[in-house]
Amino acid sequence: MAWTWFHRLGSPPYIYGLAARLTPWFAWLAAVLIIGGLYGGLVLAPPDYQQGDDFRIIYVHAPSAWMSLMVYSTMAISAGVGLIWRIKIAHAVAASCAPIGASFTFAALVTGSLWGERMWGTYWEWDPRLTSELILLFLYLGYMGLRSAMDDMQRADRASAVLAVVGIVNVPIIHYSVLWWNSLHQAPSVMQLAKPTMPPSMLIPLLMMLFGFTVLFVALLLVRLRAEILNRERAASWIREAVTQ
Amino acid sequence: MNTSVIETSSTGTSALEAARLVLARDIRLALRKRGQLVQPLAFFAIVTTLFPLGISPELSRLRDVAPGVLWVAALLSSLLALEFLFRDDAQDGTLEQHVLSGQSLTWLLFAKTVAHWLLTGLPLAVMAPLAGLSLGVPAAALSGIVVSVAIGSVALSLIGSIGAALTLGVKRSGALLSLLTLPLSMPVLIFGARATELAIKGAGFAPPLYLLGALAVLGITLAPLAAAAAVRISLE
Repeated sequence: MAWTWFHRLGSPPYIYGLAARLTPWFAWLAAVLIIGGLYGGLVLAPPDYQQGDDFRIIYVHAPSAWMSLMVYSTMAISAGVGLIWRIKIAHAVAASCAPIGASFTFAALVTGSLWGERMWGTYWEWDPRLTSELILLFLYLGYMGLRSAMDDMQRADRASAVLAVVGIVNVPIIHYSVLWWNSLHQAPSVMQLAKPTMPPSMLIPLLMMLFGFTVLFVALLLVRLRAEILNRERAASWIREAVTQ
Repeated sequence: MNTSVIETSSTGTSALEAARLVLARDIRLALRKRGQLVQPLAFFAIVTTLFPLGISPELSRLRDVAPGVLWVAALLSSLLALEFLFRDDAQDGTLEQHVLSGQSLTWLLFAKTVAHWLLTGLPLAVMAPLAGLSLGVPAAALSGIVVSVAIGSVALSLIGSIGAALTLGVKRSGALLSLLTLPLSMPVLIFGARATELAIKGAGFAPPLYLLGALAVLGITLAPLAAAAAVRISLE
């Protein structure tokens, strides 16, 4: 039947093998895109007429910030799928997403603060986007904290899934309330000046980095997912065969 | 799980009637342990006392930070009060009986959260003007503070009920509970402090109050569903 491929996606041994086969493809594609994007962004692209060479941090900052949200959505959706249809693999995917997403969020915060030092003269400005990013990091930490506080894997899966779904409902509310909060307290920051449309020589490397980071996330997710499956299925007999092969 | 009002269990008690009974029971039990009720309020008073000691005794300076101080203190004190929401009932098995009762758990938890708000949020709203006065807030702004804390604490109780339900089975859950609840509560802090600030300046504070109300309504609609799912998972 046409649906058998779909059912196989719920089977840990199948996913374990599939992840092993797919990882190199995604990893190499990510390496090519990121190296190409970095070369294009750091060497080929012209300096910005206002920010000089400082703007080049965008090639790491923007993709990290994009990934921080995208990974959270992936995590919440797979957690929701796991909660509703009780698919173990979906919970494993959600659990594997969290540390990756937290790392991207952290990278976005660090690069944003370094950029802020050059643009605003301070490492930290209560810019709405940075503030939302910080709250997002707290959401990730809460998710991972809840998981690690529970010994029983199934309960940790389902409880953290509820939290992830509640979190994704809240992310837009938090984002807009922070925007609104800041617009009342602070004059428009320098960031808006940097908004004019980018020339292709700047934009193409940025798009390559965005795509490269997304593919990198998939590669990292597949590696983490295999580790997660090994941990969860350690009592299963197929693990012995898979590992001793 | 059907959550409509007309649903009846095998005993013939409607969901709304069961919720009313739970509400009455929780309030009666809490009033017998008054000492526990006073604790979050005392905590609120102490936290608001810390700020003048830490910043400056000048009322003019304190007035500027009063909205933030009041709301951070309210947030922390509601966090402290969350411990009483489900813990005793989970320990003596009452919560398990609620799950097994055949009644809509969503309604029962909503009733428990309403009781919790009546016992902790509402007293906080009554206390807030006193703390406000001590921070140099003009008397004309006090009604605004009462209303905003009253509405905001509804949202805080509901958001907190999800966190409290998720951490039911976790030992020494205090730090984890704050890690789960505080990021989700930040919009309440933003709008609440903004409404208070506008009230202190003597400006119209209705817009942030409406947004606070919207958060409370959203919480009433969705939070009991999430809390019910979380309680089921925690008691499995």
